[in-house]
Amino acid sequence: MAKIAPECRYSEEHEWVATRSDSMAWVGVSAVATDALGEIVYLDLPEAGSEVTAGSTCGEIESTKSVSDLYSPVSGTVVEVNQEAIDNPALVNEDPYGAGWLFTVEVTSEGPLLSAEEYASKNGGEL
Amino acid sequence: MTTETTITGTEKRTALYDQHAALGASFTDFGGWQMPLKYGSELAEHRAVRETAGLFDLSHMGEVFVSGSDAGAFLDYALVGKLSAVAVGKAKYSLICAEDGGIIDDLIVYRVAEEDYLVVPNAGNAATVAAELEARRGQFGGEAVSLRDASAATSLIAVQGPNAQEIVLQLFPAEHAEAVTGLKYYAAVELEAQLEAGSIPVLLARTGYTGEDGFELFVDNQDASGLWAAIGAAGEEHDLIPCGLAARDSLRLEAGMPLYGNELSRMSNPYAAGLGAVVALSKEGDFVGRAALTALKEAGAGTSAGCRLVGLKGTGRRSARGHYPVLKGGQLVGEITSGQPSPTLGYPVAMAYVEVEHSENGTTLDVDLRGRTETFEVVALPFYKRQK
Repeated sequence: MAKIAPECRYSEEHEWVATRSDSMAWVGVSAVATDALGEIVYLDLPEAGSEVTAGSTCGEIESTKSVSDLYSPVSGTVVEVNQEAIDNPALVNEDPYGAGWLFTVEVTSEGPLLSAEEYASKNGGEL
Repeated sequence: MTTETTITGTEKRTALYDQHAALGASFTDFGGWQMPLKYGSELAEHRAVRETAGLFDLSHMGEVFVSGSDAGAFLDYALVGKLSAVAVGKAKYSLICAEDGGIIDDLIVYRVAEEDYLVVPNAGNAATVAAELEARRGQFGGEAVSLRDASAATSLIAVQGPNAQEIVLQLFPAEHAEAVTGLKYYAAVELEAQLEAGSIPVLLARTGYTGEDGFELFVDNQDASGLWAAIGAAGEEHDLIPCGLAARDSLRLEAGMPLYGNELSRMSNPYAAGLGAVVALSKEGDFVGRAALTALKEAGAGTSAGCRLVGLKGTGRRSARGHYPVLKGGQLVGEITSGQPSPTLGYPVAMAYVEVEHSENGTTLDVDLRGRTETFEVVALPFYKRQK
């Protein structure tokens, strides 16, 4: 069963958000998403400095069998993208909540987010 | 244990469904069947077939027996190839076409005895092919031909990969070793496999859909789980792993083999699909589709007219997928039929129907990948060929 990181919050579209005390947030995709996608081979991520809008597409995740849009779970300015994950997309499968993070955002507002418990009960994941 | 096909709504299960579930398979609907998509990593499954061995449940495929003194002549009428010329114990790849030359299905036809053929259609087409053969039997006047659709009672298990022969050898008594090792590609033999519970009849064929050496084993549903377990045990020291349809699809794409529904359809014809050699226009007597296929060939279909199925190699990292538009100088010149990153080769591969004037090897074409184009090069099929 897909692991759900308890310290994160989640969008309906299976992105996770981890916020610090300041307005910086890390964004990635959940293990529920990586399980469904299969092996990820290509990431198209927003560029550092670009604006993202909660609930809008900001990139693509391509696996051997499919392509999925990536939705930003928050609005704000992209600060950093994970170049290691771009170079080695398998990191997202191996460690979706850690080394496979996607980008960081200076957050101005959040979209609707679920708690880890809510997300797990909705998607059958394991906390 | 399930020994008969279970029907849940439109989703049929094979006799091996419980084994797949116990192995942790994720399932997908394919041709109305619940089939294993993958058991773990589809890339690991793909690589196992290229490097060691993979085990597949293909029981969704159809099995229609055509028997009688006129069986060969009837198949010459019903299909595009000359099946009466196939030697006993050999198999032939063929097509069943409509009167207009459109492809109803692609098939493997085994001549299992002098007056006994086994026709193997795709899962989603099995009922259509069985009905079409029955209708054509009436047109042919086939009093000396009988048809038996054994699809629901027959299981098909494939062992594919460089270690396949070593694994399959262990299923049969030593005196049959030569029948296994001497079995040629596209040949089949009826043997008794020795399982723990006793011996079972198997039609052992040296065929596959992966681009590797391998075998396909036809058995009665009641024997399927015992055979699956025996192959799994025999494969333990040969790095055999169960493989799902995801790996089967990427393997066949690398091997340049068409998939019905993607490359082949009622709207495609054998010449455009690069399968002109499968059509025996020179055979005696009429056959269904002859007039239309003759006209298509004379019009240069697939060579100087219309579209042709080609291989495309991506120059970037993004892959083309089914139905994406193929462009040349901004003009639409074709459509992708299948595509994905090639696990073996490390770059995107695709097949596409492209207007013949843009189908030469080495031609660069653009594929519209969801609004952004990427450059692809026309290359010869197959993308991957095993070293023999």
